[in-house]
Amino acid sequence: MARVLTLFAHPRQDRSEINWPMFEAAQTVEGVTCVDLYARYPSFEINIAREQSSLLDHDVIIFQHPLYWYSAPAIIKEWMDLVLEYDFAYGAEGTALSGKVMFNAVSCGTARSAYTVKGGHIAELRTLLMPFERTADLCNMRYLAPYATFSAGSLRAENRVKETVSQWHSFLTALTQDRIDLDAAANALTLTDHPDSFFIGENA
Amino acid sequence: MEILSHAFVYLVAAVVAVPLAQRLGLGSVLGYLIAGVVIGPILGIVGNETADLQHFAEFGVVMMLFLVGLELRPAMLWSMRGQLIGLGGLQVTLTTAVIAAGCMAFGLSWQSGIAIGMVLALSSTAIVLQSLNEKGWLGTVGGKSAFSVLLTQDVAVIPMLALLPLLAVETLSPSGDDPTAHGAMLLDLVPDWAQPLVIIAAIATIIIGGRYLIRPMFRFIAHSRLREVFTAAALLLVIGIALFMTAIGLSPALGTFLAGVVLSDSEYRHELENDIEPFKGLLLGLFFLTVGAGIDFGLLFDQPIILIGLAFGVMIIKAGILFAIASIFGLRGADRLLFAVGLAQAGEFAFVLFGMASGMGVLPVDLIGKMTLVVALTMILTPAAFILYERVLAPRMVKTNSREADTIETPGSVVIAGLGRFGQIVTRLLATNGHDVVVLDHDPEVVENLSRVGFRAYYGDATRPDLLHTTGIEDARLFVAAIDNRDKLTALVEHVAKHYPKVRILARAHDRHHVYELEKAGAHCVQRETFDSALNLGRDALIELGLHPFRAERKKQAFRAHDFETLEKLRERWNEHGVDKGYIDTMRSQNETLFELMRDERDEKTHGDRHWTPPPCANPDP
Repeated sequence: MARVLTLFAHPRQDRSEINWPMFEAAQTVEGVTCVDLYARYPSFEINIAREQSSLLDHDVIIFQHPLYWYSAPAIIKEWMDLVLEYDFAYGAEGTALSGKVMFNAVSCGTARSAYTVKGGHIAELRTLLMPFERTADLCNMRYLAPYATFSAGSLRAENRVKETVSQWHSFLTALTQDRIDLDAAANALTLTDHPDSFFIGENA
Repeated sequence: MEILSHAFVYLVAAVVAVPLAQRLGLGSVLGYLIAGVVIGPILGIVGNETADLQHFAEFGVVMMLFLVGLELRPAMLWSMRGQLIGLGGLQVTLTTAVIAAGCMAFGLSWQSGIAIGMVLALSSTAIVLQSLNEKGWLGTVGGKSAFSVLLTQDVAVIPMLALLPLLAVETLSPSGDDPTAHGAMLLDLVPDWAQPLVIIAAIATIIIGGRYLIRPMFRFIAHSRLREVFTAAALLLVIGIALFMTAIGLSPALGTFLAGVVLSDSEYRHELENDIEPFKGLLLGLFFLTVGAGIDFGLLFDQPIILIGLAFGVMIIKAGILFAIASIFGLRGADRLLFAVGLAQAGEFAFVLFGMASGMGVLPVDLIGKMTLVVALTMILTPAAFILYERVLAPRMVKTNSREADTIETPGSVVIAGLGRFGQIVTRLLATNGHDVVVLDHDPEVVENLSRVGFRAYYGDATRPDLLHTTGIEDARLFVAAIDNRDKLTALVEHVAKHYPKVRILARAHDRHHVYELEKAGAHCVQRETFDSALNLGRDALIELGLHPFRAERKKQAFRAHDFETLEKLRERWNEHGVDKGYIDTMRSQNETLFELMRDERDEKTHGDRHWTPPPCANPDP
């Protein structure tokens, strides 16, 4: 049983169309701990000890957030700056996170095709999220491809919210049950291009 | 009526001469002396009664030593022990030895020599401290060194008081043939071997009594909140100790000095200082007046060259020794010169000690008359010496001094008035960040609790200008006005802004109008006392009502910013017209914009909270 920690960051949840339903769904999965960072730290006074001990209690760390300027909302950066300390997360003595799994679950306004070398953003989403991947590497964690929800602004109009949320629910469930092929997930460009290809065996 | 007419003469002399002397840079001690000279030897208005008056006025000296003791916190003395024992100790002993040797060369006995040496070794704390303070030299290395020497001298007075009787020459020995001085005192009633025990017991009584009896007594009296009773208690304490010491046969000055030291780290120190200070000032002034009135001017006219020569001689010897000591302790350039020139005079303690010495037969009366004149002359020459230093000596040292000037330290402390629910938080934040904080409050319980946990908290009414002054507000960097009473607070800020223009003033306001009043009164930074806590509670309420914590926090921030904007907009109107129709209109329109600001419906792009608005749904690929 992998213990999963979802660190959710959305500064305007009242306007969230897909992130909030996804986060709500995550809360129903057994073995997933859900943290709303903006609710826990509305004035950004992050409790480092609390966050570090929570990291120690989990095997998979997910940053779930909308993509803001090719990165995460500000509180995730603040969280990383403060919690991933030298000699905790990295450095000679910093082996606390060694071997854990980390990835971003991110919603993007534009379509999948825009996040390609030939697309409007001139790079793959995974490439754009390089700071997270490098952070994971430095902490000796295994970084998986981003779980991306593209064209997030039109999901509602196209009636695809329910489908997206339930996919996320099954993915998280499989993750807690160690039914995700981590090698394949680590090598992919995203986890959502061919979602079925990462599941090991059939639903139990 | 005779008493009143005498009082009238003395008061007129003081009121005319002292401010004049101050203005001329001579200091108040010289002012009193000169006034005494004018009404005594020159005009002959006063005469016989001066001797009686002097005995009464000597009580001013007892009070002065109480105040000196109050200033000497044991912890401070301990932290300065190197300077005090080294610089100060060397100065006192070397000067005493050299002057004693000089006296013996002139044919005086060694006892007289040591007595004169001790007395002349002391400098004038009153004149020097005042001059250093006025010129702003107290923070320089030279000024600081001078201060520690003066401190040593203040302490050295106590052993000198004890030593003087032992130096009496045989004609008037303390063996018991002077019944007026040693009549029914306890020390003479016990056998010789028991005398040290009696002395130790007396000192122990004062120290233990001061700690466990007097402090609780002041606490009790402070609770009554009657200022004049507190003053009466302070006077009672000084007079009581003086009587106690006299009854035992010890110096009353020694007793009050000890009591002062014992009370120096109590929370009532400033209040005691303020209560005793005026009495001491008047009595000491009277004492110096009587000294001046008693000066024998015939002597000066008979032997002007010898006396003036002696005065210069004393100053040159003292300055020479000071210069040598300064060199040993690494003082250079202008600092060394300031130290040597500044402390070269003899001081006001000389009059006190000479007065005692004549009573005990330590020194012949005619010699004391001459020495009193010499001391007065050195004091008169001191302002000239400072001018010599400032105009002639220091400018030559500019090159070596320019670097040392960097070491000037400003005290940099914070004075906080009001230790209530508001001031306490400010105090703790600043003090725990290592800032030197002095706090004043009129609630004895609060003061006690804070001083128990190690804060420098003092009892007293911060709106009293004299008390405020003793906190060192002149040199403080910040003044925090946090008292409860709205009108008193405004008056306090106005007073501080007017009299201490260098201090930054931070004030606690009751409401928006009070903010404007305080700004007008001269406050640099004003915070409404309940504003932020009310906002926080409002935010908590929004969360309880189901709003996301971060949304609630943002709304709080938006509300706060809008309120500050309102504060800005209304300030000018209020300053010019007070609360008129325009003021109310502005408030009303501000209220409307607040409603708009708080609205955040999804599609409302033009106003309301627009933070983190996503791009339109039909966002094309870039």
